[in-house]
Amino acid sequence: MFRRLPDPGALPVPGVPVSLDGVPVMARAGDSVAAVLLMAGRLACGKAPVSGAPRGPFCLMGACFDCVVTIDGAPKRQGCLVTVAPGMRIETGRKAR
Amino acid sequence: MKGVYDVAVIGAGPAGLAAATVAAQHALATVVLDEQATPGGQIYRALTTCSASRRAIIGDDYARGTAVIDAFRQSGATYVPDATVWATQRRDDGCWEIGVSHGPPAARNVRFVAARAVILATGALERPFPVPGWTLPGVMTAGAAQVLLKSSGIVGKGRIVLAGTGPLLWLLASQYLDAGVEVAALLDTTPHSRRWRALPGAWEFVRSPYFARAVALVRSVRRRVRVVGGVSALAASGPGRIETVQFDAAGGTHALRADLLLLHQGVVPDINLGRAMGCAYRWNDAHACFEPVVDAWGGTTLAGVFVAGDGAGIAGADAAQARGHLAALAVANALGRIDARARDAAAMAPRAELRRALRGRAFLDTLQRPADTYRIPRGDTIVCRCEEVTAQQVIDAVKAGAPGPNQVKAFLRCGMGPCQGRCCGLTVTELVACERKVSPSEVGYFRLRWPVKPITLGEAASIGTSAEAMRAVVRDSPH
Repeated sequence: MFRRLPDPGALPVPGVPVSLDGVPVMARAGDSVAAVLLMAGRLACGKAPVSGAPRGPFCLMGACFDCVVTIDGAPKRQGCLVTVAPGMRIETGRKAR
Repeated sequence: MKGVYDVAVIGAGPAGLAAATVAAQHALATVVLDEQATPGGQIYRALTTCSASRRAIIGDDYARGTAVIDAFRQSGATYVPDATVWATQRRDDGCWEIGVSHGPPAARNVRFVAARAVILATGALERPFPVPGWTLPGVMTAGAAQVLLKSSGIVGKGRIVLAGTGPLLWLLASQYLDAGVEVAALLDTTPHSRRWRALPGAWEFVRSPYFARAVALVRSVRRRVRVVGGVSALAASGPGRIETVQFDAAGGTHALRADLLLLHQGVVPDINLGRAMGCAYRWNDAHACFEPVVDAWGGTTLAGVFVAGDGAGIAGADAAQARGHLAALAVANALGRIDARARDAAAMAPRAELRRALRGRAFLDTLQRPADTYRIPRGDTIVCRCEEVTAQQVIDAVKAGAPGPNQVKAFLRCGMGPCQGRCCGLTVTELVACERKVSPSEVGYFRLRWPVKPITLGEAASIGTSAEAMRAVVRDSPH
């Protein structure tokens, strides 16, 4: 699981309202979609294509594709490479190919 | 973005930023294509938006990146963030045409950027760490943990176990501890035998800039965390997500409860783009990875294509910056901005910096070359994460006659998933080499093709088509 460090003395970072599987979630400016998943306790966000085993963010630098989710209706987006924007819709549960 | 640039730099870590800065200073029209949202690469990731308290936790080496980012911002080079390069092709006029996927998630489209020269500064990836259970949710890389810390100030919670080898693992432990994050254990997989092998390079290491920092780092972590040395047979297990880390150490088998396992065993050059372009690569046995064949300027076997930074061989951020500088000077010379004498004179400072940055690395590289068992797995350990291909399946394919990675790919789809071998390529090469009892050099690597990053059909359809191109493929309809 994950938590956000307190940031004493820093300027307040604007909240970014997004939805995760239809549930409103407040992200922070600069967060990636993968960070939103992890902060929401979603270690898994999809299924492996062959066995259906649960998978979740692994490398967070665009290499592994285990954090792919549907973003604003566009399927198979790498969550770690997309920065949140207000109103963004994030849907987990990648389908097997 | 405009018609034709003098140089396109791909990647915005220290190598790419330094290359772009120097290129722009030599009046070259320069564009930087960056997959990230802000300049800095992974090492200086989110530095420009990071708060002071977070910078203090991440450390001085991170904050030092401000200089290279500021210089880049003042250089006049064009910066394109969120830009995924998926193809490059040499046009008839000799320019390189670069396919870039760009735009918000639901409206991405493809654009082409043309440039007379290309500097690949795509950096490094974490070396695959194929152990049983490494695909479980809650098992991530140490690099991933650093990305979360740098970009969002997010850290792990619960029982956190770090495992592997290499400076980044110790650095992350130290950063977590400084941030008040409890680390249950650091499992050091560095084999004891490596210490003796590394010994010949020890004197250079002691004289290097790395020595004092490394000693202080390891000491400060050891004081605060349970460190278990000589760890073998590392494995993660749990239904649905990680619950337990098992390992052998000191003659016994141990198990730790864990909510988060962070793995790391060094970094290796990211070679996908250069390989797909057709640059020659060779096996570096000391580092157990492939590196591009480059000259003293980073020039590859393709005219007008350079590799700078860790993508040309792992040497760290300072060396990356120096090599970016050198590649840009070579491009400035090749495009007639400076003569060879001016190029060589300007290269003296970055060459000296490069020598300084490389001193002592042989010791670290030898010490931290991961054990064979962690690079060449056995049994039902997953090798290819995307297609869930196991080590035994790869071995069986070799026994059935597959001589190299491309045949293994054809047999098993191994390396054919969206990551395109980034997480399994080295493992497959070494597995095949081990099984065939030949060198990885002989076995080679996956043949990489465009697109090196997946694009959607919608993106492909957004590519404009000329009337000439249409005539080339459209047949007259039959009567």
